[in-house]
Amino acid sequence: MATTTPSKPSKAADTARDNRAKLLERAMSRHSYSGDALIEVLHTAQELYGFLTPDLLKSIARKLRLPPSRVLGVATFYHFFSLEPKGEHSYIVCLGTACYVKGALGLLETLERRCAKAGRTSPDGKVSVNSARCIGACGLAPAVIRDGEIVGRLTPRQVTEDLDRIGVK
Amino acid sequence: MTIEELSDIQEQEQARQQKLANRIYCCTAAGCVSCGADRVRQSLHAEVKKAGLQEQVEVCGSGCMGLCSQGPLVRSAADDALYGHVSPEEAAALVSGNPVDRQLLAGKRIDTTAPFFALQHKIVLANSGVMDPEILNDYIAVGGYQALAHAVTELSPPEVIEEIKQSGLRGRGGAGYPTGLKWELVAKQSSQIKYVVCNADEGDPGAFMDRSVLEGDPHRVLEGMALAGYAVGAQQGYIYVRGEYGLAIQRLQTAIKQAERADLLGNRVLGTGFQFRVDLRIGAGAFVCGEETALIASIEGKRGQPRQRPPYPPESGLWERPTLINNVETFANIPPIIAKGGEWFASIGTAGSKGTKVFALAGKIVNTGLIEAPMGASLRTIIFDIGGGIPDGGRFKAAQTGGPSGGCIPEQFLDVPVDYESLAKIGSIMGSGGLIVMDESSDMVDVARFFMEFCMDESCGKCIPCRVGTVQMHDILARMTRGEGTPADLDMLEQLCTLLRETSLCGLGQTAPNPVLSTLRFFRHEYDAKLAASRGGAQ
Amino acid sequence: MSVKTLTIDGKMVTGIAGETIFNVAWNSGVRIPRLCHVGGVSDVGACRLCLVEIEGQKKLMASCMTNVEEGMVVRTNTERLQSHRRLILELLFAERNHICAVCVMNGQCELQDMAEELGMDHVRMRYLFPKLEVDTSHERFGLDHNRCILCTRCVRVCDEVEGAHTWDLKGRGVNSLIIADLGEPWGQSDTCTSCGKCVQVCPTGALFSKGRTVGEMRKDRRFLKYIVTAREKHQWIR
Ligand SMILES: Cc1cc2nc3c(=O)[nH]c(=O)nc-3n(C[C@H](O)[C@H](O)[C@H](O)COP(=O)(O)O)c2cc1C
Ligand code: SF4
Ligand code: FES
Repeated sequence: MATTTPSKPSKAADTARDNRAKLLERAMSRHSYSGDALIEVLHTAQELYGFLTPDLLKSIARKLRLPPSRVLGVATFYHFFSLEPKGEHSYIVCLGTACYVKGALGLLETLERRCAKAGRTSPDGKVSVNSARCIGACGLAPAVIRDGEIVGRLTPRQVTEDLDRIGVK
Repeated sequence: MTIEELSDIQEQEQARQQKLANRIYCCTAAGCVSCGADRVRQSLHAEVKKAGLQEQVEVCGSGCMGLCSQGPLVRSAADDALYGHVSPEEAAALVSGNPVDRQLLAGKRIDTTAPFFALQHKIVLANSGVMDPEILNDYIAVGGYQALAHAVTELSPPEVIEEIKQSGLRGRGGAGYPTGLKWELVAKQSSQIKYVVCNADEGDPGAFMDRSVLEGDPHRVLEGMALAGYAVGAQQGYIYVRGEYGLAIQRLQTAIKQAERADLLGNRVLGTGFQFRVDLRIGAGAFVCGEETALIASIEGKRGQPRQRPPYPPESGLWERPTLINNVETFANIPPIIAKGGEWFASIGTAGSKGTKVFALAGKIVNTGLIEAPMGASLRTIIFDIGGGIPDGGRFKAAQTGGPSGGCIPEQFLDVPVDYESLAKIGSIMGSGGLIVMDESSDMVDVARFFMEFCMDESCGKCIPCRVGTVQMHDILARMTRGEGTPADLDMLEQLCTLLRETSLCGLGQTAPNPVLSTLRFFRHEYDAKLAASRGGAQ
Repeated sequence: MSVKTLTIDGKMVTGIAGETIFNVAWNSGVRIPRLCHVGGVSDVGACRLCLVEIEGQKKLMASCMTNVEEGMVVRTNTERLQSHRRLILELLFAERNHICAVCVMNGQCELQDMAEELGMDHVRMRYLFPKLEVDTSHERFGLDHNRCILCTRCVRVCDEVEGAHTWDLKGRGVNSLIIADLGEPWGQSDTCTSCGKCVQVCPTGALFSKGRTVGEMRKDRRFLKYIVTAREKHQWIR
């Protein structure tokens, strides 16, 4: 399923790729290829591949014996699943009420202006912007998950500086 | 493990902990971790090693200790002292029993007789700060799984249900349906196969109670579910947990494995004939999946769209089998009720709302964090005494409860007791326990817009009133906040409120107007001021 | 088979246990408005036009999803219900692009009929007018998302009657869209059998046969009754 890379991949990358297919297969067989496990399988696929390509969805549909439209329907219903590759850096702005009350919209606005709309990646592939509904760090509001780490009590100014630092134009 | 072994382990573990010179608990909940609790814990471990005290001093994790705004929090068991804003450099002083060293920490010590602690009543959070959520024996040492042992050997399923009914416990997921009645409904069904589902999809923005319970005391939830399984005749349980809750998922996985290995879950629970297995299902970012029929669809691997009720899940739920769905906090209340009796639980709280409620305090409040108060405590007690009031000399304006399904409570109702009925009377709901405090700087029309945006984004799109109505309402509110609204807009807004409430398919659409309705009811002057301003601007 | 007697709009009617209020009402001449319901496939209760008042129940119930009960007192056409229905239609008309004058279904459209029947003659909201695609890649049929009201009749008929499950929904909320397979152009779908059932059940001009100009499209749903009777009663009669 992931054999359509144009550039010739190295051997190590090749085995890693095989491994991913094997791991995904194992996840499906663990659920006896039941269509009910679609969300579990999509979770695994996204973990392994980073995002869900049409080929990947097609092969999952075939193995779980589900209509392809149902697989895409599920993958696009849930915000957790991404059909696009992620950026080098990721910012997830918490828009929970506590963060909202403490000015999270200003942070998001800065990111959207400089990089991309929430849920998207900047055209240069540098930054993915996302929003979340309460990341549970209300005590640190407004909070952002930057490359997997929670950063609290941010200001738009700090975000701007941060973007400058990683070279966003 | 058998019941005798369970009691043996409890005694041995208690004795072992007694012998230690000290046990130091580091908060490992998300709030503290995000301000560096892990480094503190590592440094504590290093100091213990350096001092050669491995035999005497134990460093372990703990569930949320509540005062998240002062994290990282550390509790020293020997002198029952709680320290806040602890830095890794202070580890040595914490490990050392020497009073002079301890003196160095005096400034960091938190007064546990302060109202924040004294006015709380902990049932659900009782184990936070006194046990490590990742160690099964810790839970057993504080009496864990004794309620299950008691039930499977000495009580019949109807007796368990009777106890829950007597306790007056109501669902903590929002609607407040009497738990005992729900259990009875499921138990009555003749189906051979039934399911127990724990709703851990906590999606209200600003709510993190369930997360803290799962992270801080996962076995308690498993025990509650197993008791439910025993009572209603189910052998399989599912926990539907929010995908964003990585730590909670990890803790639950660990806990399930531990419990299975120890025969506390599985094919012969505590060596008896009772079987009960629990599996996790990870959500994928859809608020509506907290609604029970959408949650069922999601566990079945489908788009999380609700369906009409009836039939209610107790009759036809997961795979069309009778299904009991309860919230995390509801399950967490079950073991203490079975252990201490329904009567004990019913003695706490008010006439219609028994027990306690966990609240997540956030927004413009001094003590952001997690608290548990008896039902019927006033908002004033919760916000000003326990919560420490408004920071920076601000003035209280409103408290928001119930998230996007709830309402904003203004100052004149600060003395209303917090229980299901009283909150409903003033246009809000108990909700799942998020409590957000707003001060004078909050624009209430914008608050209403914020929640409408949330509902618009989270609407599943199945039914027209909610799918399009939320968009139109958000459109009107956004125009109003920009000062472009007209009186006709306001009129349409109110019509749409009624439409959504009365015609939407599920609770999301039905309650989406609540923040608008409650701000219109108590802060109508702010809407009027915006209209007046836009009229002025048009001239 | 047990028979249930109930009152619908003051009229005594009877239905069989397990029948919906909607069906019993229509059989006895009470035409409850509807858009997502189409006889022959399962119901979803999504459009909310068929909501009725049932005495003793606080909530309005979707009649297409609620079974008749003995002694029920149902009202299908109160002032409140009418005003709700009109507002729901307004929401629909404002959601995408429903300009009848330039639609192939003009004069044959169920959405248009509903609006006429319920007296919804103007829209007081802002039109959202999203720019959506028109998929004409299929050799015989076309799909205009701008006319789609997301009733999911096509999804259900394709799954339940044709058994192909070509259609489904993607996205959520107001961003939902009907998709064929993995969202590829309809003409490239592997699963589509080109049976055209979806086109016949679509209430609006969203799914249409090619080669018809404005106002020319006619839809024929008799096939559904034929198939359902054949399946349930083993009688192959038109
Ligand atoms: C839109 C919507 C979201 C909900 N979200 C949650 C949730 O996150 N957690 C929860 O426990 N209940 C949630 N509920 C309530 C559940 O549907 C259900 O009533 C509850 O889980 C029952 O458990 P309880 O009786 O223990 O409260 C939600 C309901 C609606 C309508
Ligand atoms: S009310 Fe909203 S969330 Fe609920 S079924 Fe309708 S569209 Fe979906
Ligand atoms: S016909 Fe019943 S809800 Fe649409």
